[in-house]
Amino acid sequence: MSGTSLGMPAFPRAAAVSTGDSRLRANLTHATHTIRDKRARAVAELDDWAQLRAAGAAVKDRTLRHLDHYLERLEESVVAAGGRVHWAADAEEANRIVTRLVRETGEREVVKVKSMATQEIGLNEALAEAGIRAYETDLAELIVQLGDDLPSHILVPAIHRNRSEIRDIFLREMGSWGRPAPEGLSDSPAELAEAARLHLREKFLTAKVGISGANFMVAESGTLVVVESEGNGRMCLTLPETLISVVGIEKTVPTWQDLEIFLQLLPRSSTAERMNPYTTTWTGTTDGDGPRTFHLVLLDNGRTDTLADTVGRQALRCIRCSACLNVCPVYERAGGHAYGSPYPGPIGAILTPQLRGIEGSLEASLPYASSLCGACYEVCPVAIDIPEVLVHLRERVVEGGPVTRRGTRTVLKPARGHAAERAAMRAAAWAFDHPGALRGGMRLASRTRRLHPRRLPGPGRAWSDSRELPAVAAESFRDWWRRTRGEQRPDGASGEGRGGVR
Amino acid sequence: MSGRDVVLARIRRALADVPRGEGPSDPPVARDYLRVHGSRTAGQDVELLAENLADYRAIVHRSGPDGLPALIGRLLAERGARSVVVPPGLDPGWLAAAEVTRVPDLAPSTARELDAVDSVVTGCALAIAETGTLVLDAGPDQGRRRITLVPDHHICVVRVPGQVVGSVPEALPRLAPDRPLTWISGPSATSDIELDRVEGVHGPRTLEVVLLAAG
Ligand code: SF4
Repeated sequence: MSGTSLGMPAFPRAAAVSTGDSRLRANLTHATHTIRDKRARAVAELDDWAQLRAAGAAVKDRTLRHLDHYLERLEESVVAAGGRVHWAADAEEANRIVTRLVRETGEREVVKVKSMATQEIGLNEALAEAGIRAYETDLAELIVQLGDDLPSHILVPAIHRNRSEIRDIFLREMGSWGRPAPEGLSDSPAELAEAARLHLREKFLTAKVGISGANFMVAESGTLVVVESEGNGRMCLTLPETLISVVGIEKTVPTWQDLEIFLQLLPRSSTAERMNPYTTTWTGTTDGDGPRTFHLVLLDNGRTDTLADTVGRQALRCIRCSACLNVCPVYERAGGHAYGSPYPGPIGAILTPQLRGIEGSLEASLPYASSLCGACYEVCPVAIDIPEVLVHLRERVVEGGPVTRRGTRTVLKPARGHAAERAAMRAAAWAFDHPGALRGGMRLASRTRRLHPRRLPGPGRAWSDSRELPAVAAESFRDWWRRTRGEQRPDGASGEGRGGVR
Repeated sequence: MSGRDVVLARIRRALADVPRGEGPSDPPVARDYLRVHGSRTAGQDVELLAENLADYRAIVHRSGPDGLPALIGRLLAERGARSVVVPPGLDPGWLAAAEVTRVPDLAPSTARELDAVDSVVTGCALAIAETGTLVLDAGPDQGRRRITLVPDHHICVVRVPGQVVGSVPEALPRLAPDRPLTWISGPSATSDIELDRVEGVHGPRTLEVVLLAAG
């Protein structure tokens, strides 16, 4: 399995394949609508949602604006609590560090908690090259791994698989990875989950090394937080002797108290629950309880480049809840694989081109994989203005301009050899060929559109020329903010650093 | 240059737009969200906790101190539990009526040994009414994190109303970040297969909560 998605086709080509798959579309429509409706109910329970959302955005922004300070605090606290901290500038360095750490334990097998950061860097493949087998333990990730497949949704990575396909994968593959599936396994979800329980318990009880990501890292205390449902996370975080956590630097929050915001925002936005079944927090190591050795690998891999872009920076607020996927008319039709990275949907459309650079044809096409309807912004619990970043990135693709690559500022030439522009045009054409994707979006369109340019630059112009921007009655987050907080920006910044770009 | 120097230098260059005078705690964050949603008495918090726990498919029982040993004995017997892992600081009286082998929670015992145990009985650090959450902080009556994970049946005793808080913002100041915490909201569950909810993938499939009123 390639895992790292290198060599993935550009969005329009991949989307054309997936939109032709009617079963995939039916699965996705069912899933996204179900989660979307549940989420709306869970959010409606809290009448201070808008305030929580504003506070979440403000805390994340403030942390990003002083990220060097908070990372140094974090390192100090983790070390003081008995952990070891490593810094990785890119995927290769992170993989090298983790491989070395696993080798030092003398082990050849590791158990893994679902983690997008380790997918992003292709860790499983790097470990395999070093002769180390990594077992995914989240049920959906297990299905993806056994099926030699790629995840397609942040929250439910195997949403593109039906129960009968899952049964076939288990019967065919489990035996070569460990305990085989029970004979006569049916395709009932309960039996399938039981088969996974038995298969993975063997691994949990013997594993000496666990690898995880983290949802949050608290700078002042050095605490890491993992939020999950199944208990596989707790298994990997507490049973092995060595724990290695690979975490993007943007997951830092300053204080213990800040968790009161995010532990309310995340479960309701993500699984639409008041609280997810399990949350584990740990601070370094604890004598006699849990791993004896704890390593934290802090991952850059394009995050500092994203930080350098004052418009795109807000993408680093993302808490990976997946709410934006479930409301996106383009994601619903294209499916997660079309985005060519572990980050699908609207967040993937702005994060992947920023982490990797927009020079590649997939990356150049992603900012066009959207109808700019604004629904993603309305549901985002940390108020990332995804449409704003999409428009900004489209402009970069077509007109070029200043960007930062691997820490070095450079000026990007417009549409090199017109390749990028062609990619963008194909994406725009794809959207036109799928009027449902546009219409679905337009119905949800909100007045946030008012603040976007009425005409888009480059190939987007044709798109914006043909559309009138509708207004809807419901008060948007931005309107609420303006009404209650004056003209301040929702992200708490006073506006510097974002003007002058367009 | 080490990875650390590279990353920190990149961050500093990336943040050239941040004014020099701005400190790490600027700009201030408006914390005008609610500390607790709605107004409830302590008794109403307990009711809400019970409701939300049940909503997440935990089985909720109520007891006074006198009835507790008999209740725990019955719950273990109903499950056919023959062995139960016991945290070091658990009130021995709680298990007085249980006819089971007591397995002490010891650091050297292996996960495989623990896997052979049927049930676990613990206290908790606190419980959150609005979310239906139990928080364990590895205190003496709760033991190591793994003992509430590997056995398939967990009985957790919550002292009411003393250990019940209303909301997440009320919970955090009462918890120490340097202790390992486990937040539990209902039994282990997955919805990964066609969004059908299934209980108990890896953690305990049955979570029973006893709301213990003061005598
Ligand atoms: S961008 Fe916002 S809505 Fe989308 S996954 Fe991230 S936090 Fe959630």
